[in-house]
Amino acid sequence: MRQLGVVFVGVCIAACGQRNTATHPTGLSADEAAFQKRLQEQFLDAQPGTVIEIPAGRHALDRVLTLRANGVTIRGAGADKSILSFKNEISGPEGLLVYGNDFTIENLSIEDTKGDGLKINDGENITIRGVRVAWSGGAQTSNGAYGIYPVRSRNVLIENSASYGASDAGIYVGQSLNVIVRHCLVEQNVAGIEIENTINADVYDNEARGNTGGILVFNMPNLSQPGHSTRVFKNRVYANNLGNFAAKGAAVASVPAGSGVVVNSNSKVEIFDNEIGNNQTANLIISAYFSTNYYNKPGIDPHYDPYPRAIYIYDNRFAGGGDAPDGLELKALKLAMFGLNGHFPDILWDGYRDEANLVNGLPPAAERMCVNNGAATVLNADGPHKYHNPTTDMAPYRCELPKLPPVDLPART
Amino acid sequence: MSPTLLGISRALGAAAGLVLLLAGCGHAQTPVRFFAEGRPQHLSDWHVLARQGARLELNDRVVPYDLNTPLFSDYAHKLRTVWLPPGTTAGYSATDTFDFPVGTIISKTFYYPRAAGADAVARSYDSSRDFSGTGLDLARVRLIETRLLVRRKDGWVALPYVWNAAQTDAELARTGDELPLELVAADGGRESFTYVVPNENQCAGCHVTNLKTRSIAPIGLKARHVNRDYAYPGGSQNQLAYLTRLGYLSGAPQALEAPRNANWRDEAQPLEARARAYLDVNCGHCHSATGPANTTSLTFDTGTPLDRHLGLCKPPVAAGRGTGDHLFDIVPGHPEASILPFRMASREPGVMMPEQGRGTVHREGVALISAWIAALPGACSP
Repeated sequence: MRQLGVVFVGVCIAACGQRNTATHPTGLSADEAAFQKRLQEQFLDAQPGTVIEIPAGRHALDRVLTLRANGVTIRGAGADKSILSFKNEISGPEGLLVYGNDFTIENLSIEDTKGDGLKINDGENITIRGVRVAWSGGAQTSNGAYGIYPVRSRNVLIENSASYGASDAGIYVGQSLNVIVRHCLVEQNVAGIEIENTINADVYDNEARGNTGGILVFNMPNLSQPGHSTRVFKNRVYANNLGNFAAKGAAVASVPAGSGVVVNSNSKVEIFDNEIGNNQTANLIISAYFSTNYYNKPGIDPHYDPYPRAIYIYDNRFAGGGDAPDGLELKALKLAMFGLNGHFPDILWDGYRDEANLVNGLPPAAERMCVNNGAATVLNADGPHKYHNPTTDMAPYRCELPKLPPVDLPART
Repeated sequence: MSPTLLGISRALGAAAGLVLLLAGCGHAQTPVRFFAEGRPQHLSDWHVLARQGARLELNDRVVPYDLNTPLFSDYAHKLRTVWLPPGTTAGYSATDTFDFPVGTIISKTFYYPRAAGADAVARSYDSSRDFSGTGLDLARVRLIETRLLVRRKDGWVALPYVWNAAQTDAELARTGDELPLELVAADGGRESFTYVVPNENQCAGCHVTNLKTRSIAPIGLKARHVNRDYAYPGGSQNQLAYLTRLGYLSGAPQALEAPRNANWRDEAQPLEARARAYLDVNCGHCHSATGPANTTSLTFDTGTPLDRHLGLCKPPVAAGRGTGDHLFDIVPGHPEASILPFRMASREPGVMMPEQGRGTVHREGVALISAWIAALPGACSP
């Protein structure tokens, strides 16, 4: 039966034959509507210790599932078996929206949400395991922004999960503290994995392929905290050459297609032991907020630090890439410096640095970009002077930085 | 206190039924019942509002009120009421929701003036024919839902009730509902949409205004929203003064000294004040320093300075395709280049703002915000 059968019985008495009682306004079948109602009730009644099981099958829902309780587990029978489909979504816009601590979600899929797939706002001790978020129509601007989206949260573990088709970032961790993202697969998103304004993040053993940009570590202005201390290691980041399909103005709309790992305006970022290849703009990009389209005085917090600082790059395995950069300026730069068949070096730096803070022409020792990566070289594109004086001199980057400690999450079940 | 006002106060506060008698009804009603726990299945269990003959009437001591500028809800008309247990009072606050005692029951009934056709309702701001101050003429209106906010010992709870087709009672709809409706404008224009009754967790989507406490709170019953006149059966009076005289409110200053939001439809008031009142009540419960949209650092509640905090030249954070290909939330002088009116003008989940509570576009609201942005000076220059 449809939700609130009483209403419909009443309608039928009052106006018989005018409406098909089996048809839900959003196209759900009677069984689907009944399933949704039962599931919604479980979410409403959830208490610490509650386990909500999502049975195997494809379940069509038309409304966000919201959770407002601590200590809840949502568990499916497997990401390929328990599928929540939001194709008919009328009210959301998320698939799952969670306000709660000590939360675990595992072994299910979320498909075709109008907005974000899974959003967790202001939670502590969050585990996301074996969750797949996908938009079945492939990479489209009309897809939701984020696949898996913890924000302003603390102690977050995302593992063995996947996202396909997000019109912003597949896995997006925003304004959070103590985060691990590992063993995940991200494909056909604008950004595969994005760590933004987050303090202490370890991103490792992930595979990012076929996105516009593979793994991003960003700091945006005006937010609750500036991020720092992210380690990106042991990931496979290759062929992220998908045309950028984000709406203009979206945070990742300025990421050129063909970006492997991108650091923008963030600090204390350590990038090591990754396999990064065939990303056609550059395998690794280090940039400042000035290289986005969004810089303007009235709209940006004057205390915002737009520069990347203390970036440590070592022992990555680069291959291919840099041969077909996105955007007219970068194309022209590549052609001028490296020729038609040449390619950018593995590391592309836009060249913006805090000129007021230099010591003997270099940033202070603790804030430098240090590269210890075999034959890999850096192109300083000289963005501040419209690419007039690009250089490949490696001397400024011959340095070491202290290594960051691993992220330590509290034990969990 | 004038003799007239005293009289009304006594009528409402002590002499039960006088107002109803004055209105020509005089049905003896069971007193309002506060349930300290549980979820009564029917709205009628509470005895706040009840059908009497062809009318939906308010029980004794159930006080109707309006807001200077209300939340837009798909052009629904709203009958708002508050009831306090005898002998209790709410503490006044100049900025926050009044401090209501345990036992308080707030109701909001969503209804439409009827229009010709099945599921057709009127898109109209004219409530002069559907609300008399004591109840609704059910021949003229279609009742959709009544939401209760009930103050219990551990805090507020939200309970949505959906009216049956015969309009005799409303049934608890914890998981919400969806109703096909068609809006009919005065010029005959028609627009179909699905009216979405929120589920209990979605009620909290607006009414949890502090993410840290995660507790539900009323939104409308703040001084700046209710500091206005209301056409009570005994005559028009300021609502703060009326509630004070009834004993429902303690500590309120004179109306002139209390904050007051503009009426967004009153063109005699400054454009800026009307726009800010609109943003405050439609957006400010989420877009505040403590609300769920504080992830965006975009704030619309009253008191937000007219700068990047209010969206001027501010790049979006997590808007996704909600940007509409625009770079900034508000570009002074250029509503057509601003994200804010773009999202207001959408009815597509994932793009539209507010995210819930509407399935139609509030044309007049979009026009107001666009006009305000068009009049803003300045530029988003480097």
